[in-house]
Amino acid sequence: MTSQHKAVALISGGLDSMLAVRVMQEQGIEVEGINFFTGFCVEGHTHAIRNQHKDKQKRNNALWVAEQLGIKLHIIDVIEEYKDVLLNPKHGYGTNMNPCLDCKIFMVRKAVEWVRQHHMQGFDFIITGEVIGQRPKSQLKRTMPIVAAESGADDLLLRPLCAKNLQPTRPEREGWVDREKLYGFHGRNRKPQIALAKQFGFDDFATPAGGCCFLTDESYSSKLVDLWKAKNSREYELDDIMLLKVGRHIRPKADFKMIIARDAGESKFLEGYRKQFISLYSTSHNGPMAIIDGDIEQQDFTLAASIVARYGQGRDADEVEVEITVPDKPPRHIQARPISVEQVPQEWYV
Amino acid sequence: MVRVKQVELDARRLLCPLPVIKTQNKVAELSSGDILKVICTDPGALSDIPAWARIHGHLIVDSVEEDDEIIITVRVGA
Repeated sequence: MTSQHKAVALISGGLDSMLAVRVMQEQGIEVEGINFFTGFCVEGHTHAIRNQHKDKQKRNNALWVAEQLGIKLHIIDVIEEYKDVLLNPKHGYGTNMNPCLDCKIFMVRKAVEWVRQHHMQGFDFIITGEVIGQRPKSQLKRTMPIVAAESGADDLLLRPLCAKNLQPTRPEREGWVDREKLYGFHGRNRKPQIALAKQFGFDDFATPAGGCCFLTDESYSSKLVDLWKAKNSREYELDDIMLLKVGRHIRPKADFKMIIARDAGESKFLEGYRKQFISLYSTSHNGPMAIIDGDIEQQDFTLAASIVARYGQGRDADEVEVEITVPDKPPRHIQARPISVEQVPQEWYV
Repeated sequence: MVRVKQVELDARRLLCPLPVIKTQNKVAELSSGDILKVICTDPGALSDIPAWARIHGHLIVDSVEEDDEIIITVRVGA
């Protein structure tokens, strides 16, 4: 009898990593999952903020996948370390601000470190759900060896879904896994994965269109670039990048931006930031909470109030009362005439 | 006799998965049988913390929503 081998799997919450784990389990490999939180992950929380997503189940797909597979999942906060990946990607960006190849190298490297830190648990190799040609930047035949080499995983990195298209890795050469029972998926066609999912009896799985990261999203990326430009620095904190996921972003002046909630869920979320940011909302009519990010001159408060008024039920009123609160100061009220749609130039929208 | 520790964790205003990560890291410092009370504001925690607890063999003793807060009590497993 051969001894059982153990693998750590990078779990995103999507179908591919779920399949990769099950392929290993079918071969008797014991698997535990690892998931990294960069701050840009699409998972869970945005659904929790916005009212329109209330019908969607509020679940973290990585945890859900782990439970379906019967494996442990370790979620690691990499927010600080990830900054260097985003700000200085050696291999550059994709279509938007997505440093996909550097990100994959980083995550596999973190998995290598985690395996070393947990050496007592005896993990033998690392697996991912990568498929050649699945992603235009990071999952190419020529980039697969780059990820293996630059992460330090080398030939202990196995991709069960496309292994047959790659050189045999050590788990295959040593007979820990049977290469013949691995797969040779390639390309963007998802049919082989869907068929395998059916074979394994998976009928509910997440299929995020742009992957699992906000950085692949054009609108999010343009807000991030705007933030850096306005701050004249590419430094960011978690609150900065969280706020980019919420509300309408309107920049009437170079020095300040308004974040205006789009529904009650976002208003409630922004309320949590009132101790850090100047906040505004209409007291005479129902309307959204807004916060101001940046430096606003006194004379611009009326403009800000008229913009907030435009997004509330007082949009057609002659005047709306708006409460403005500067942190640590008592609130004050001003009357503002709601700005009309025509008065909001397109370039104000971030 | 080993005394059971009762610990409280403030995860207010954190969005998932951060409350789960905080819970995971705190549980790693505790022993089997200890009680951890996690206070959160993100409704996502209502499904995520129990899911995390189930896959790691910990027990959710209680889960209540009070005003805008969610209080989840975890008994650390073996």
